[in-house]
Amino acid sequence: MLDLSQAFASALRQIVTLDSQLLQIIALSLKVTLTAVAIATLLGFSVGGVLAVYRFPGRGAVAALLNALMGLPPVVAGLIVYLLLSNAGPLGVLQLLYTPGAMIIAQAILITPIVAALTRQTCEDLLEEYRDQLRSLGASSAEMVTTLLWDGRYRLTTAVLAGFGRAIAEVGAVMIVGGNIDHVTRTMTTAIALETSKGNIALALALGMILLAIALVVNIALMSIRRLAAHFAYA
Amino acid sequence: MLEQTRSLVALDTGAPSAGHVLPLELRRLSLETGGRRLIDSVDLKVEEPGITVILGPNGAGKSLLLRLVHGLVAPTDGIILWGGRPMDDEIRRRQAMVFQKPVLLRRTSAANITYALGLRGIARSERNSRAQQALELAGLERHAFTPARVLSGGEQQRLCLARALSLDPEVLLLDEPTASLDPASTLDIERLFIGAKHRGIKVIVVTHDVGQARRLAQDVIFLHHGRLIEHQPAGRFFDHPESDTARAFMAGGLVL
Repeated sequence: MLDLSQAFASALRQIVTLDSQLLQIIALSLKVTLTAVAIATLLGFSVGGVLAVYRFPGRGAVAALLNALMGLPPVVAGLIVYLLLSNAGPLGVLQLLYTPGAMIIAQAILITPIVAALTRQTCEDLLEEYRDQLRSLGASSAEMVTTLLWDGRYRLTTAVLAGFGRAIAEVGAVMIVGGNIDHVTRTMTTAIALETSKGNIALALALGMILLAIALVVNIALMSIRRLAAHFAYA
Repeated sequence: MLEQTRSLVALDTGAPSAGHVLPLELRRLSLETGGRRLIDSVDLKVEEPGITVILGPNGAGKSLLLRLVHGLVAPTDGIILWGGRPMDDEIRRRQAMVFQKPVLLRRTSAANITYALGLRGIARSERNSRAQQALELAGLERHAFTPARVLSGGEQQRLCLARALSLDPEVLLLDEPTASLDPASTLDIERLFIGAKHRGIKVIVVTHDVGQARRLAQDVIFLHHGRLIEHQPAGRFFDHPESDTARAFMAGGLVL
C-alpha cells in the first residue's frame, strides 16, 4: 500500500516537474497519433462521402467491409504492417520498420475504416434531408459530397474523435511495428505496458494519468463544439 | 418600399420569359412503385403563363406530379415535355423548386443563397449582391448572417423562396409551400410568388387548400388517386366543376 502511494506521489512529481523522459514519450505519442488521424481524416472523409452519394456495383460490400474493419484488432493491423514493411515484405525497401513512420501507417490503417464508416453514416443521414433540394439546385454528385462534408462538419468531429481515441489508446499495433525502442518509438501505451511489467509503477501511473487527461480534454473540447453547433442549429 | 421595388427590378433583368419553357405537356404519364399506380396515365397541357394550381386531397399524387415535372423522379411510363423538349438537366436548371418542409443548409441565410448561385455557375463577385437583393425581396435582409436553421418556420420558407428566386428561374415549382404556416406567413409567401408571376415566371403550386387555390389560380389541375380528374381555367373550375369528386372536395366533404 505504501508502495502504491509512493508511486503515486512520484508519478505526480514527474508530471509537475515536466520530466524530460515523460515529455518525450508524450510528444511522440501525440505526433504519431495526430499524424495518423490527419491521414485517416483525409481518406475517411473522402471514402465516406463518396460511399454516401455515389451508386455503384459493390457499394454495399464496401460499406459492409468498412463496418467490419471498424473492429479490426490493433495487433492484426500491426501484423499486416509488419509483414508489409519487413525486409522480405513488398515495402521493405522503405526501411520504415521500427520507426515512427511505421507506427503512423499502422494507426492510420486501424482508424481509417472508423472515420470512413462514421462519415458515410453522417453523410447519408444528411443526404436523406438534402437530396431533392440539392438535385433541384443542380448539384453534381461531387458537389453533393463536398456539401455534405461541409454541412456535416460538426457531426463529423465525432468521427475524428473516435479515430483519435482508438489510435491514442492502442498498444498492439505500435508495439509490433514500432518495437517500443527507448527515445525512438516509445509511446505512452507501450511505455505503460513495459514499465508496469518492469515494476516501475510510477512512470506507468504518470503516463496513465496523462492519457486519461488527454481523453478528458479532447472530449470536453468536442462537447463545447457540439454545443456551439446546436446553438446555431448546425448540428 | 423603394428598396423593395428596386430589387424587384434588379432581379428581373435577364430573366427570360416563360415562353421558352411552355407549354408543359404530359403524355400518358404514369408512375408505379411496388405494384401501385401512384400516377395513372396523366395527359395534360399547360400553355398559359401565370399560376397553375395542382389541387386535390391528400395522397392524390400532387407532390409526386410536381417532382415528376421537375425531373426529381423518373416516370415508369409516358413523357414530360417542356416547350416541346423532353425533361433534362438543362431544363431543370431553368426551374426552381420549393419544398413543403424548408430544406436549408447548415449555414447563414446569405450563404444558403450564394451556395445555390455558385451551383448555377454565377460568378463569385456577383453572388453577394444577388443574395442581398433576394434577401431584401423576402424581407430577410436583417437575417443575412443569421444561421438559416434558427429562423422561424415562416422565415425559413421565405428564405427558400428567396433562394429559388435568386436563380432567376423561368419556372417556379412550389410543393405545399404554406402547409404548416400561420396566415400571416402564408400571406407573405403568396405575395412573393404572385410577385414572381408578375415578372413573367411560370408558377406551379401544389396545395390541398381550396381557399389558397381560389386566391391564386389561373388554372386548376385537379387530381384524385393519381388520375387527372379536371384541368380547367380557375373561374370555370370553381363555379362549375364537372366532376363529382371536385364538387365534393370543394364543398368540404370527405373525398375517398
